[in-house]
Amino acid sequence: MNEKKRGPVLTGAHYLDGDHACAEGAIAAGCRFMAGYPITPSTEVAERLAERFPKIGGTFIQMEDELGSIAAVLGAAWAGARAMTVTSGPGFSLMMENIGLGVMTETPCVVVNVQRGGPSTGLPTLTGQQDMMQARWGSHGDYEIIALSPSSPQECFDLTIACFNLSEKYRVPVMFMMDECVGHMTEKVVVPPADKIDAWPRRWYRGPRDKYLPYEPDKDGVPPMIRAGDDHRVHISGLTHDQRGYPIINAECQQLCVSRLADKIRDNADDLMMIREEQLRGADVVVVAYGISSRVATKAIADARKKGIKVGFLRLITVWPFPEKKIRDLAGKVGCLVMPEINLGQMYREMERAAAGRCRTMLVPHCGGWVHNPDDILKAIIEGSK
Amino acid sequence: MEIKVSGFGGQGIIRIGMILGKAAALNDNKSATLTQSFGPEARGGACSAQLVVSDTEILYPYLTTPDILIAMSQEAYQKFEPELKEDGILLIEEDLVKPHAVRGHIKQYAIAATRIAEKLGNRLYANFVMIGFIVAITKMVPKQALLDAVPGTVPDRLLQKNITALEQGFAIGEQKLAESN
Repeated sequence: MNEKKRGPVLTGAHYLDGDHACAEGAIAAGCRFMAGYPITPSTEVAERLAERFPKIGGTFIQMEDELGSIAAVLGAAWAGARAMTVTSGPGFSLMMENIGLGVMTETPCVVVNVQRGGPSTGLPTLTGQQDMMQARWGSHGDYEIIALSPSSPQECFDLTIACFNLSEKYRVPVMFMMDECVGHMTEKVVVPPADKIDAWPRRWYRGPRDKYLPYEPDKDGVPPMIRAGDDHRVHISGLTHDQRGYPIINAECQQLCVSRLADKIRDNADDLMMIREEQLRGADVVVVAYGISSRVATKAIADARKKGIKVGFLRLITVWPFPEKKIRDLAGKVGCLVMPEINLGQMYREMERAAAGRCRTMLVPHCGGWVHNPDDILKAIIEGSK
Repeated sequence: MEIKVSGFGGQGIIRIGMILGKAAALNDNKSATLTQSFGPEARGGACSAQLVVSDTEILYPYLTTPDILIAMSQEAYQKFEPELKEDGILLIEEDLVKPHAVRGHIKQYAIAATRIAEKLGNRLYANFVMIGFIVAITKMVPKQALLDAVPGTVPDRLLQKNITALEQGFAIGEQKLAESN
C-alpha cells in the first residue's frame, strides 16, 4: 500500500532493524524534519527518512557536517517542526556546542547517537557504549539532560516516540543512546495504528499576544512556546537571559536561568524514570545494564540462577537522569551491584556514587568492538555473590 | 534454534537471514532475532548472518552453538564449520565448497545454487535457491510462511524470478531429503 492510502504511520507488524525502527518511530511521533550527515552505524536511519520524508511532507536535508545538522534542527524546532538529527560518536562530538545552545534556548529536539567504538573515528562499524558520559556532560556549562537507551528494535521504535514526547514536555534536546548492535539487529516491530500512538503536542502559548514572554515558565517550570515568525516578539539567545529572552549578564539572572534549566529535569526525575525490574526481591546480586549489554547480561543471569545464585536484574531505559534513588535503595538491600558496559566505566561510576558504599559494586568493562562474553559477566555475578 | 548463514559479501547472505527471520517472526508466530557481522570484510570477504528462532521471547540475541550452518563459500565453510553442533545440519554450495569428511553426526546436504541461478538468468538468484533448499531440508518454517515473507524483500519486477529460484531450491531439497532417509 502506498503512503497516500495508508497515511504516514507504518501500522502493522514488520521485520525491521533498530535503525529503521528508529526512523519509523520518528515518523510516528510526528517528526517531519531531519538534518544530518550520514555516518556509520547510524546511516540507515538517515537513509530511511530520506526515502520516507518526501512522500509524507517531511524535509530531509543532508547537511555539510554535523555542526550544520544540529543548527538546522534547532532552527526547524523554533519554526514549529518536530525535528531530529542522527549521528555516531565523531558527529556527536561535533554537535556538542549547539546541543548546549539547545539546552539554553530550551529547544525541543531529538539527537540520536548510534554508538560505535571510539575515541576519535575508532571503530566505524563496530559497537561501543562509550558516549554515555558525553551525552550527559558533553557541552560546556551546568545543565541537566534526558537520555534513553533501547535494547531492541521494538524499543528503538517505541522510545524514539518517548524521546520526542519528553523533549516537548521538558523543552530540552533528548539524547537517544542506541548502539551499533541494537541498530543493526533485526526483530519483529509492531507499529500501532496512527490513532493509538501517544505523541505529545508542543506546549504552545495560548495567552494574549502582548503578554507573551518566551521564558516565563508554567507551574512545572517549563515555558510554553510560539513559532518564530508567528507574530510574537521573540528573542532567543545562548546568553543568560531573563523571561523576555534578553541577555542579562549578572549572577542573579544566571541563578534564575540556570537553576530552572536543571530543576525542570531534577524535580521531575521520578516522572522521567523508565526502568525494568526483575527478581530484585531477596536478590544477593543485582545486574544493572542498558542497551545491548542488557541483552547479553540475560544469558549470564540465567546461568547464574541455574547455579542457585539469587540474582536480580535492573535494566535502565532512562539513563539520564540517572536512577539514583532506585540504586541507593537497592544498595541498602543487596550484597553487590554488577554493571557490564561497553566502555571502561562510565555509568558504573554513577552507580558507584549512588550506592555510596552501602553495598559492593563491580564493573565488567569492555573496550568496544564486540559485546561481552556472557561468562565474564557470570564470573562477576559469582564473585559478587560471595 | 540457532542458524548461521555464511558466504562472501555480495551473495545475498544477509538477505537469506532476513527472509528466514521474517518468515518465522511475522508468519509463523515465532520470535526471530537476526544479527550480522558488519565490517569492512563485508565486501567480498567472509560474511555471515546469525539468526535465533524460538517459541518464546529471545533475550540473549547471539548464537552459542549453531544447529544449522549454511556455507556458500570455501572461506566461510572453513571458518564456521568447526562451530557447528555435532549433530547439526550443514548446507553447502556444491560448486563453491569442497568439504572435508563429515564431522560427528552432522547431516550434510549440497546444492549447486549458483549454477541453478545462472540457468534462470542471473547468479544473483542463488540466495533464493538456497532459501528454498534450507526450508525444505530443515523445515524451520512452513513453506507458505516463507513464500509470504518474500514480497517486499526484492524489487517487484524480480519477484517472480526469485520465487522460481526458491521453488527450484525447495524441490531439490525435498528430493535430497527423501534420498537421505
